[in-house]
Amino acid sequence: MFLRGASGSGKSTLLGLLAGTLTAQSGSLKILGTELISLRPRERDSFRANHIGIVFQQFNLIPFLTVAGNLRLAGSFSKEPRRDFREKSEYLLQSLSLDLGLLQRRADTLSVGQQQRVAIARALINDPELLLADEPTSALDADTRDSFMCLLMSIRHVSDCTIIFASHDRSLMKYFDTEIELSEFNRAKKGLASRV
Amino acid sequence: MSSLWSRRGSVLLTAASLTISMVIVIGVEHIRAQAESSFVRTISNVDLLVGARTSQINLLLYSVFRIGNATNNIRWESYEDIAARSEVSWSIPFSLGDSHQGYRVLGTNLQYFEHFRYSDSQGLRFSEGGAFSAVLHAVLGSEVANSLGYELGEEIVLSHGIGNTSFVNHENLPFTVSGILAPTGTPVDRTIHVSLQGIEAIHLGWQNGAQVAASGLGPEDPRLADLQPTQITAVLLGLETPMAVFGLQRAINNYPREPLTAILPAVALGELWQIVGTLEGLLSIISILVLTASLLGLSTMLLSSLRERSRELALYRAIGARPLFILLIIELEALSLTLISVCVSYLTVTAGLALAQSWLSENFALVIGVWPSTTNIWLYIGGAIAASAALSLIPASIAYSRSLGHVLRSA
Repeated sequence: MFLRGASGSGKSTLLGLLAGTLTAQSGSLKILGTELISLRPRERDSFRANHIGIVFQQFNLIPFLTVAGNLRLAGSFSKEPRRDFREKSEYLLQSLSLDLGLLQRRADTLSVGQQQRVAIARALINDPELLLADEPTSALDADTRDSFMCLLMSIRHVSDCTIIFASHDRSLMKYFDTEIELSEFNRAKKGLASRV
Repeated sequence: MSSLWSRRGSVLLTAASLTISMVIVIGVEHIRAQAESSFVRTISNVDLLVGARTSQINLLLYSVFRIGNATNNIRWESYEDIAARSEVSWSIPFSLGDSHQGYRVLGTNLQYFEHFRYSDSQGLRFSEGGAFSAVLHAVLGSEVANSLGYELGEEIVLSHGIGNTSFVNHENLPFTVSGILAPTGTPVDRTIHVSLQGIEAIHLGWQNGAQVAASGLGPEDPRLADLQPTQITAVLLGLETPMAVFGLQRAINNYPREPLTAILPAVALGELWQIVGTLEGLLSIISILVLTASLLGLSTMLLSSLRERSRELALYRAIGARPLFILLIIELEALSLTLISVCVSYLTVTAGLALAQSWLSENFALVIGVWPSTTNIWLYIGGAIAASAALSLIPASIAYSRSLGHVLRSA
């Protein structure tokens, strides 16, 4: 699903709400059948660890840890730490066409494009149902961006998660089946508010 | 933790400051405790210390610590009278006032080597030779022998008075070293012991500190052995039963024939230590303040690191870490830094003492155990660790509450 909106239109806020790192003051928010609003903070954290993967614009990895360390850290917050962790991370790296030798490299020695791909692997390590991506391509140049998008789309074969991809970039729309224009969304809300 | 390593500059400085302050705390406390015990143990098993009428601290200082001068002397008859009392089990006369190369000379008798006790009832031991068997024999404390390089059989000339360089020497009667004592860690190490007759012999023909007539005595003179002391400086008394202490003390303080003071050494030592102890208390306070300052430095370092780590911390949250995890990693950082500093400083103090041990005992007669292990030191170490945990709660809780919101936005 493609979530389009200009800067400041509330993309990140919406993603924050979905991820459970922000809490709504009123209303209801159901994800995967779980009412997020009524969860206690600790339950929300563990819900996030188990069901949601997140990829940011940049700074997705702990810089002083190795790639393997980053993946392992993300795995350690999950409810059931996986036994096939090694196979899983190697499999993910391969499907994101990353060299396995990168596993032992420190994250901050990788190029930005590589970091973003490792970030996807990190987000997918716990088999989330939902992958939230907040402008993950804005720090990439055009070529890297296109290959990144292709890889992102190809992981649908690896993992059957829903991708919610927020961006202001209309040209990326072509990769997605569904799209939401956040400005329309906001207008509808305003109209609703003025009517009441 | 690799997170610490990635900020090693500020982390190492903080650890260094913590280590230095812990060295100060442990060092001061250890030396304080050791000094106190070596101080209180200078003299033991003595029930009463008798001197001419003076304050009890003054009497203690000049007779036991050989600091300062006696205000007055005790007549030999008074000594014989007191020593003959039925309560008295043994008595050691002290005659002070001469010196050799800055070391005090103590005139005494053979009772001294038999009954003098220090530390926990430890007696004196000879490392070489034995007690004096002739009038002009001398027994050296270990430090005297070491620093002046004297050996058995060496002839030494005593000086009148206690100055480091005296112009008046008792050159006509040199003493022969008959024995050297094993180290005790007390003023005994810095003392030259001779017989009372020896002291008497070198002062024959002296009046008011000046030689008015030649005594005509030579080292081989048979009259030496018949000399009777006329006055002494102090007396150590051991009693048959400790119950008699207060009665005898009162009797001596009211001695009719001359004004005398009898004190209980343990009480006087305690009183003296209270005076010295004030200074030590001050040292302890200063060292604790230094430690507090560097613990505050630790939490300042952690606090300012939060800014550069905000992305890192937000990321932990985004991948599912609970805020408690954030709190714990910051606490863990503080604690591991403190623990490392404690270990390093403990080892530093120990190594330093091991190196300085011989020097300290040679120059200050301070015998110091190498491993600091008094309860106080463990309390200080525990307190430092607890305080670092408590103080780092400030940055940790700030990180905790900050990490609760704005995760996506700050990333």
